[in-house]
Amino acid sequence: MSFFDTLNQYNWDEIKDSIYSKTDQDVQLALNTNSCTLEDFKALISPAAAPYLEQMAQKSMHQTQKRFGKTIQLYVPLYLSNTCSNSCVYCGFSQKNKIERVTLSEDQIMTEAMAIKDMGFDHLLLVTGEHQKEAGFDYLKRAIELLRPHFSQISVEVQPMSTEEYQQLIQVGLHAVYVYQETYHQENYKTYHPAGKKADFTHRLETPDRLGEAGIHKIGLGCLIGLEDWRSDIWHIALHLSYLEKQYWRSKYSISFPRLRPNAGGFQPNMVISDRELLQVICAFRILNQEVELSLSTRETPTFRDNVFKLGITAMSAGSKTEPGGYAVHTKALEQFEVSDQRSPKEVETMLHEKEYEAVWKDWDNYL
Amino acid sequence: MQKLIIAGQEFDSRLFLGTGKFSSNQLMEQALIASGSDMVTTALRRVDIQNPDDDILKHINPDRFRLLPNTSGVRTAKEAVFAAELAREALQTNWLKLEIHPDPKYLLADTVETLKACEQLAKKGFIVLPYMQADPILAKQLEDVGAAAVMPLGSPIGSNKGLMTREFIKIIIEQANVPVVVDAGIGAPSHAAEAMEMGADAVLVNTAIAVANDPVQMAEAFKLAVQAGRMGYEAKLGAQLKVAEASSPLTSFLDL
Repeated sequence: MSFFDTLNQYNWDEIKDSIYSKTDQDVQLALNTNSCTLEDFKALISPAAAPYLEQMAQKSMHQTQKRFGKTIQLYVPLYLSNTCSNSCVYCGFSQKNKIERVTLSEDQIMTEAMAIKDMGFDHLLLVTGEHQKEAGFDYLKRAIELLRPHFSQISVEVQPMSTEEYQQLIQVGLHAVYVYQETYHQENYKTYHPAGKKADFTHRLETPDRLGEAGIHKIGLGCLIGLEDWRSDIWHIALHLSYLEKQYWRSKYSISFPRLRPNAGGFQPNMVISDRELLQVICAFRILNQEVELSLSTRETPTFRDNVFKLGITAMSAGSKTEPGGYAVHTKALEQFEVSDQRSPKEVETMLHEKEYEAVWKDWDNYL
Repeated sequence: MQKLIIAGQEFDSRLFLGTGKFSSNQLMEQALIASGSDMVTTALRRVDIQNPDDDILKHINPDRFRLLPNTSGVRTAKEAVFAAELAREALQTNWLKLEIHPDPKYLLADTVETLKACEQLAKKGFIVLPYMQADPILAKQLEDVGAAAVMPLGSPIGSNKGLMTREFIKIIIEQANVPVVVDAGIGAPSHAAEAMEMGADAVLVNTAIAVANDPVQMAEAFKLAVQAGRMGYEAKLGAQLKVAEASSPLTSFLDL
């Protein structure tokens, strides 16, 4: 049994129809119930909920403050490698793109890490493309061993691994793994992920199961908003989350909301989500689940981040560079995506303080 | 008002505070002062115990407050003991709030691991205050293995739901030989007063103060509620009766 079995009990088109047929009354019921179900969640992410955004934001802010207080956790990604054997049609790291490929050496990793440390960070997210040889399990294990003494918390966003590999990484200090399904639409998944290991929908889908079995502290879920009907994808994340919470009750969970934007050249989103709609999704998740971490990256603009963080968010990246060597080593590598919020971590902290929130740099320790 | 005594140490206040969720460490410090508390707990994972300039620790004046490090974040007895030893060495205190919650959603205490860790820590000379389920048998077992106080929950951490476990807390209080500190779930000054009227020795409050619109004023409100509840308890509340007793219908014939 895995989430794949659960997913197969649902039909994408039926879920989609059911979301779009939610009414004003369904939204009101969802907003007023004390325990929001997955059916209520459909109403909250439906077009019918649009006029209720202010009410949703009020409720979401209140519930977030109750659980997390007036605090935001800060983290930063450290890109170790942009080599990749996948060819995801929307990604700058796709093996089809003729770009400079860089994998940081141990010395370079430490140089980058010390630059990040100087910025004030104590929580670190390691990111790589998916390449077994260049940046596979052994490389990552070594990187965590190197960095562990210097950071309280180390997370990764890398290729899916086996349960045994995750267990070994947890042994050397891995805290959390973020692995996004990109889309839960099984058919169309193939068109976005034509080659490489990532082409295997089920293997990727079952990664959080393997993480749960390995006993990881935190599992991050998400989809790439803009590939398929985002309301349906978002609902499937909620389904995934509720499955995992019951199955692997010792782990914490986190949701991210990366969205594709229309851009000159490159991959165009099939469906664009507006700022209002993205906020609706964030609030809906908080109303559904008061404990889940909701994270907002520097893909989003300063204006959006500064206004939205109070309304449900609990973690933000800051000062991010999305190319290997971006902090100190300075290679010729290209960035994975364009960072919209270019402010330094200190500037983001100042913004949080001005809005009467505390920036949390450390919320873990390396003995845990 | 009688003084609270835990492990031979006297406390003027029967209100303990937590330090999480405040919008700034300055505001936290002001709230701590306004509460009149002299026992403050902080999560070890939030502080850099090797750094004397840690921003949270800087705002907890050691002359005014006893620092009670807590092990929030650990999932097993083994991790808890390790964390406690680090804390003792770095913070120079053998006081410890033992918290083991493997469930990150409701943060409920793991009874088996808590009992195991409490026994080991007490043997190692720690003054252990364990966070626990409101389980009267467990309270006695923890007492037996050396807990300096017991800290049953009123309702899940951060829930603000008040004393959902009141019937069990009453039994714990009735049977305890160590102080009973009601921890978690206290969401309003009236909840704190209720716990104190029941005879709890102290209460620990965090979310209700930290997340209030005005945390400093709320801290003072809790200070007064705890005092009022305790004074009420010491003054002995009248018994609660189901019906009014205006006359003696069965025995009034004797007066005729």
